[in-house]
Amino acid sequence: MKLETWIKENTFHHSEFEDLEQLVKKKKEKNLRISLCIPTLNEEKTIGKEVVIFRSELMSRHQLVDEIAIIDSGSKDRTVEIARSFGADVYLAEDILPGIEPRNGKGENLWKAIYQLTGDIIIYIDADIKNIHPRFVYGLVAPLIYNDEIKYVKAFYDRPLAFSEGIRPSGGGRVTEILVRPLFSLFFPELSGIIQPLSGEYAVRREVLEAIPFPIGYGVETSHLIDVFTKWGLEAFAQTDLDQRVHRNQATRDLGKMSFGILQAFLKRLKQAGTIMKLPEENNVLRQFIAHDSDFDVMEYKIVEFERPPMIEIPEYKLRLKEIAKIKADAGKSENKTKA
Amino acid sequence: MPVITEVLSRLSDYELKLNELSEMILANIVMLGEIPSPTFNEEARVRFLIERFSDSRILNCSTDEKGNALGIIPGERGDRNILIVAHTDNIFDEKIDHTICVQPQYLSGPGIGDNALGVAALASLPSIIEHLDLKLQSNIVLMGSSRSLGRGDIEGLRFFLENSKLPISAGICVEGVKLGRLSYSSIGMIRCELTCEVPELYDWTRFGAVGSIITINEVINRILEIPLPKRPRCNIAFGSIEGGKSFNALASKAILRFEIRSESGEMVSKVYKQITNIASEVSSHTGEEISLDVLARRHPGGIDFAHPLASAARQIMTHMNIKPRISPSTSELAAFIAKNIPALTIGLTTGDNMNTLEESIEISPIYTGLTQLIGLIQTIDQGYSDET
Repeated sequence: MKLETWIKENTFHHSEFEDLEQLVKKKKEKNLRISLCIPTLNEEKTIGKEVVIFRSELMSRHQLVDEIAIIDSGSKDRTVEIARSFGADVYLAEDILPGIEPRNGKGENLWKAIYQLTGDIIIYIDADIKNIHPRFVYGLVAPLIYNDEIKYVKAFYDRPLAFSEGIRPSGGGRVTEILVRPLFSLFFPELSGIIQPLSGEYAVRREVLEAIPFPIGYGVETSHLIDVFTKWGLEAFAQTDLDQRVHRNQATRDLGKMSFGILQAFLKRLKQAGTIMKLPEENNVLRQFIAHDSDFDVMEYKIVEFERPPMIEIPEYKLRLKEIAKIKADAGKSENKTKA
Repeated sequence: MPVITEVLSRLSDYELKLNELSEMILANIVMLGEIPSPTFNEEARVRFLIERFSDSRILNCSTDEKGNALGIIPGERGDRNILIVAHTDNIFDEKIDHTICVQPQYLSGPGIGDNALGVAALASLPSIIEHLDLKLQSNIVLMGSSRSLGRGDIEGLRFFLENSKLPISAGICVEGVKLGRLSYSSIGMIRCELTCEVPELYDWTRFGAVGSIITINEVINRILEIPLPKRPRCNIAFGSIEGGKSFNALASKAILRFEIRSESGEMVSKVYKQITNIASEVSSHTGEEISLDVLARRHPGGIDFAHPLASAARQIMTHMNIKPRISPSTSELAAFIAKNIPALTIGLTTGDNMNTLEESIEISPIYTGLTQLIGLIQTIDQGYSDET
């Protein structure tokens, strides 16, 4: 598929899917089970609202989502307590697959969600969104419900930056524009059509999630795009405009660490594909500087972009798949009973 | 069993059941609260409210030419109409951040109590009535009333009462804050905007040229000298003042916004006349143009303390351990009073920092406040609150 055609046919706006009755009808016709995963680490300010809005609008008012789960990395604030107080299912990442040595990182939670959650489609939504709205979910899941060819739907946003009258800013953040898009343009030009490759909100079919490896740190979104593209091609992707997303801004220093992780995941894939043969042995230490009177302090951060293997290779997951099939069948039966 | 006793006996059960709808109620408050809705720019919030009415499959979901949101829950007999009103506007500019923060005990954000909660109560009522399995005889007319505050001058509700063909038997105005509020009478009020402006050809070099801020200050001092009686009670509320542009340039324009309020309509008119005279006098000796515009006017009135509707409201509150705080109102209630429709205003929960960016409301009393509203609807529906 040509990039221009893909952009035209697979780029949506959330308002195209706001008829939720129709969407739920289609979901039921296709016998799909949908799970929503919110990975958290110290999100007490925003988690309550996400749980309330999603449970009320997408589980009670419209039965679009079948389960909502918080996967927490060990928050030190009241995230877990607040999420539970509003009725969310909360899991600690370290309690999922206890036989596997736990790792820290958002990607770890996303990976473990594949084991824990039971949906045919899993939607990942970051927990730090201040202006949360049901569109964040239905805008992402709808292309998967309506089109069987699409496997991975990514969010993009109008970013609230200063811009001149009449020009609509459609792009990513600093790391996207300075690092990821130039890299994609050089090595995977088709992926440069993805407007915000690093957005933390996406909906994916289980068959895809279980088949790809998961860097547990900053590289998870970039590596997903490359791996899904390599395996299923550009036509597996879609992207949805979700309008504005208001969230915490990150310091440039933190973006440096993010870029370091992304580069590791990116170069690893170039090496695996044989695109770049002679890379030096990886150095995992990032150096940054802090001005201190007339001196500079060197800060060294060891950032290793550890990767989890595809979930399908984990023996416990094969057993879990049987449980998931049973849960789905039982849910179907109970729904039929309710109808009768 | 007398009607009121029967209603009171069910309230604790209703309150428990209302807690089962907490997710839906909270989501409505948050989603409505995050839609900016300054007076005269309420379309988005009104649209959302009508969508909620339509989702609930109630009748006549519509808006009118003043931008009110309307829907009707049909009664079994449908021979009476009870109008439940909440104003859709707030005092915050649409450019400010309307993000609502949700915590286990409270919700916070601009306009959350005044009046996102009141509007959310309307949006939630169809589901509440269904969940409680209430079989009401009367039609319940739900109305998100537009253009209520400030210059809006309750234009939406006044328009509806003037033009609707539905005869309204009684009205309830729902405000988010404060639980225990009970208003069934209106005081007399005139809402004014006084503008001091330096004429274009003003001679700034003349001795004593001081600019509009000093002039408006003189007007305020003179207003404060007006003797106000203790009976009938009367006061002048200075709400806002603005003027000038920099540190050292004399202001060429200043504006004062205030209300004259009294239990007596005559006293309001008398004070207004005195202020008009003050404005003319100050204008004549300063050379500045002073205009006094009336933005809204209310006449005293309402139902008596002993009216069955007021009595029912007090009984319901007392039964639910809510201490009634009876005070007159100058908001939506005045429009009902002007049409001789028995009506009252109630609040739904407790709140802090009202009308600031840090406005917050407590969650748990909301269910008590909504139960009180249901109790009132039931007593009106069963004719208990009619005057004999």
